[in-house]
Amino acid sequence: MRESIKISVSVNGRRCERAVEPRTLLIHFLRDALGLTGSHVGCETSLCGACTVLVDGAATKACTLLAAQADGRSVTTIEGLAPDGSLHPVQEQLWHHHGVQCGYCTSGMVLAAVALLEREPQPTDEQIRAGLKGNLCRCTGYANIVDAVHAAAAALAER
Amino acid sequence: MYPAPFSYVRVATVAEALAALAEHPDGRFLAGGHSLIPAMKLRLAEPAILIDIGRVAELRGITLRGRTVTIGSLTTHDQVTNSDTVCGAAQVLAEACAKVGDAAVRNWGTLGGNLAHADPASDPPPALVAAGARLELQASTGKRWVAADEFFSDLFLTALASDEIITAVEVPATGPRTGSAYLKHPHPASGYAVCGAAAVVTLDGAGRCESARLAIGGVGPVPVAIDLAALSAEAPEQAVVDAALADIEIADPLSDPYASADYRIRLARVLGRRAILCAASRAAG
Repeated sequence: MRESIKISVSVNGRRCERAVEPRTLLIHFLRDALGLTGSHVGCETSLCGACTVLVDGAATKACTLLAAQADGRSVTTIEGLAPDGSLHPVQEQLWHHHGVQCGYCTSGMVLAAVALLEREPQPTDEQIRAGLKGNLCRCTGYANIVDAVHAAAAALAER
Repeated sequence: MYPAPFSYVRVATVAEALAALAEHPDGRFLAGGHSLIPAMKLRLAEPAILIDIGRVAELRGITLRGRTVTIGSLTTHDQVTNSDTVCGAAQVLAEACAKVGDAAVRNWGTLGGNLAHADPASDPPPALVAAGARLELQASTGKRWVAADEFFSDLFLTALASDEIITAVEVPATGPRTGSAYLKHPHPASGYAVCGAAAVVTLDGAGRCESARLAIGGVGPVPVAIDLAALSAEAPEQAVVDAALADIEIADPLSDPYASADYRIRLARVLGRRAILCAASRAAG
């Protein structure tokens, strides 16, 4: 039996206690231990952003963080953004503006955009592109994603 | 992709961190982990135990005392980038940290972790060399300070002893008639610096260079300070700066399929000139 450590992470508002191997990465904790498979594993080298979640509100590449580093912190995944089935404005606008094709990058893209809008509620094109630089999309060409984030900013401002 | 198995201990103070390292000489400190964990996943590093210093509060924070900006080693790139103190008194470092990775990486990556990793293509090291910064290193026997341009010894190697931890970085605040800038040519895929140029320029009352420092990263195995004696008392104009940089030498230049050694040195001249001119124009205010 390999060494394990006990961690307690608040995930989408629910406290989750598990014993994990120290080398367990946050992405595997979320997907394999908790069954939250909306966060994806892409490049595994913190370049592509498919695994992006929020940790204490900050965009985080869950493939490059030990689950132990998230112990005692709050994590938001894509499942936590639409708990009652009504889409978050970022999700809604990605749909409207066709900012999604294959969808593999989308959950990470959404959380990166949510973190960006939290910090910069009315971003410029340049700020959106800089904020999403760590999230690669191989389908859309990004233009529709940038449009969607602008629209989401406007929708959030109206709330 | 999992790292090889390791043990894990979390510490709350520098004293605990040093005690844990003494007990586990084959251990490594874990700060943000954004250099170490990828290296462990690729099995380039296989420490037996990680000593997690990520929550050592005394190592985090930015203060300005007198003419020195002190940055705790656990301060993240995002915190450095968004610090009014650093933006005002050490702009070259704020600009370098802003160019590290991406927003998510900057939320976790720390200044101290970056320096200990000593990646030759990293952004903060040349900025600290140009700014004349020094690192505060602590062992159980006491502290010592090492100048940034003496800290990096070779690719991924530093002056940090096996029983030491980086506790802070001290950056001299820029004075009057002084400007600084960091410019970078990023690798189009990885975003790492193929060449990074950090400049700090002070002008005299007549608008001529009183002092100028330039450091180049990404080209050699360590950041290199460039001798700019030729600029002394000269006007910061393109032809003058180009002449001063015409014969710069960087030992053991890196070379790969994207950028040959010759191309990197050419980039160093171009980005070096642009960084000096940008810093000079900021100095002129």
